[in-house]
Amino acid sequence: MVSYTTPFLTVPNSTQFTYRKSSWWKRNQQRLTPWIFLFPGLLLFLVYVIWPIFNSLYISLLQWDGLSPAIFVGISNYVELLDDEYFYISLMNNLKWLILFMLAVPIGLGLAIFLNQTIFGIRLIKSLFFFPFVISQVVIGIIFSWFYNPRGVIGPFLDKIGLGNYAILADENFATYGIIFAGIYPQIAYCMILYLTGLNNLNTDQIEAGRMDGAKGLSLFKNIILPQLKPATFLAIVVTVIGSLRSFDMVAIMTQGGPYGSSNVLAYYMFETALSEYGYRMGYGSAIAAVLFTIMMFYILFFIYRMYQGEKKGL
Amino acid sequence: MFPIPIQKRPLINRISYKILVPVSLFIWLIPLLGIMLTSIRGLGDITAGNYWGMPSEFLLFSNIKEVFQNTPMLTYIINSFKITIPTVIGAVAISCMTGFALASYKFKANLFIFFTFIAGNFVPFQILMIPVRDLTFQMGLYDTVTGLVLFHVAFQTGFCTLFMRNFIKALPNELFEAARIDGTSEFNIFLKIVVPLTRPAIAALSVLIFTFIWNDFFWATVLIQGQHAMPITAGLKSLNGQWVTVYHLLSAGSIMAAVPPVIMFFLMQKHFIAGLTLGASKG
Repeated sequence: MVSYTTPFLTVPNSTQFTYRKSSWWKRNQQRLTPWIFLFPGLLLFLVYVIWPIFNSLYISLLQWDGLSPAIFVGISNYVELLDDEYFYISLMNNLKWLILFMLAVPIGLGLAIFLNQTIFGIRLIKSLFFFPFVISQVVIGIIFSWFYNPRGVIGPFLDKIGLGNYAILADENFATYGIIFAGIYPQIAYCMILYLTGLNNLNTDQIEAGRMDGAKGLSLFKNIILPQLKPATFLAIVVTVIGSLRSFDMVAIMTQGGPYGSSNVLAYYMFETALSEYGYRMGYGSAIAAVLFTIMMFYILFFIYRMYQGEKKGL
Repeated sequence: MFPIPIQKRPLINRISYKILVPVSLFIWLIPLLGIMLTSIRGLGDITAGNYWGMPSEFLLFSNIKEVFQNTPMLTYIINSFKITIPTVIGAVAISCMTGFALASYKFKANLFIFFTFIAGNFVPFQILMIPVRDLTFQMGLYDTVTGLVLFHVAFQTGFCTLFMRNFIKALPNELFEAARIDGTSEFNIFLKIVVPLTRPAIAALSVLIFTFIWNDFFWATVLIQGQHAMPITAGLKSLNGQWVTVYHLLSAGSIMAAVPPVIMFFLMQKHFIAGLTLGASKG
């Protein structure tokens, strides 16, 4: 990095000094420019992201099929949720996703440590390990559906070891786990790449000093490596949580929530109630979305809080 | 260096490492190898249940040809490009501006706006779905590429702004100050100083957004209905329904869907990884 130190730049209030004798625009340029630059992005974002959030929260108080006039029903959509068996199944499945998805973080770390070597061709090997993340979830979902097919891979394998051939995605008890297993595959790749970068940026002096002091293996890892990997861990957890709650694509491709809603998740259930052959219940769908949004909001606020702390330190 | 470089380990470890790496890579890639193998098979293998043995015929090209002839796959691929490329250009251009505004000007709402972009970027899609679909309807853009692109640009602006803002913030502020003293207007500072210096960030964002949008399935399902505007992800999903028994064609189609982002990744690998990690590495 080139360093740009020019001594005369330290003149205080240089801007006021230069702009004193100019037109209105020149005088206000500094103040107005950021808003001009922000305008297109902010406008689009407000219209397409911020306003829809509030609009959805409002729609969740309506009974509305999207065409005929909406009726204001207060919190009755939420009350109905409390008695909706499929809502609980979906919520529980979301929880399973969340917990099992977390495995992607340590597995990704393990893989990263395993691959953080310099042998011939390691760059290519790392890229190939990263491959699943680049590919569409739709494709991953198709691959795994076929894997789970009784004539695919898992079925015949179970048959061979004497457990009997088996269609995982058609089984109420296992369908969700089958989808999660498929979903975690690209997520591991993502965590791995975050950790590989983290391992690359480790402070070598500290490690050497630790080794001098006799730290080895697990204690070196726990006391010296892991603390330095904290930013990578933080990011890995954030993207994994969000990935797990956004579990729409895989469910849509692999089971569409079936059999009998047993593999549904909130993201897909919402879509199903609001926009499918099961009916156009916009209000009820929005109530489900609002629940999902609330869960996610905890993580978002946590993330923002962390970033805010960082910003304060930086200023 | 952690772990200890394998070269410093005993010979036995070195040898076993060199064996273990390709073996684990092979296991890791079994799902992808499976689909590649299937895409070169013929119908004979599929009906005979020969999923894992050597393909009895090499039919990759004829399978691809069949996919193109019998399905709207070509239209889907073209649509994917028509959706992805304008989104990349739009989102990157807009976020260069927002990123610059948030990185180099001090004003009261600055952090608030910045955090709004970040928060918006993480919300679940479902909370946006109904209003965005309605809005698109009202603008007469439902079931069009334009409608989908417009939403994608808006949504990606969140992540892109986070990324660009952090990148520009790390540039030496003295550069801007010096230019201001020389009487350069703010717009020229942006065009002549910021844009050229952010080229690596622009490259990283472009590959990343390309992949995100190419692989998008949800919004394509919500905002598109007909084949004329459907991207390849949604197209594959509909083929998946029709083609339960012709895995070899489905596999060939899946490979076609995977190729563009994979090529993008290999060409721009360094930028891609920088994008995934640097963008939020300040957290």
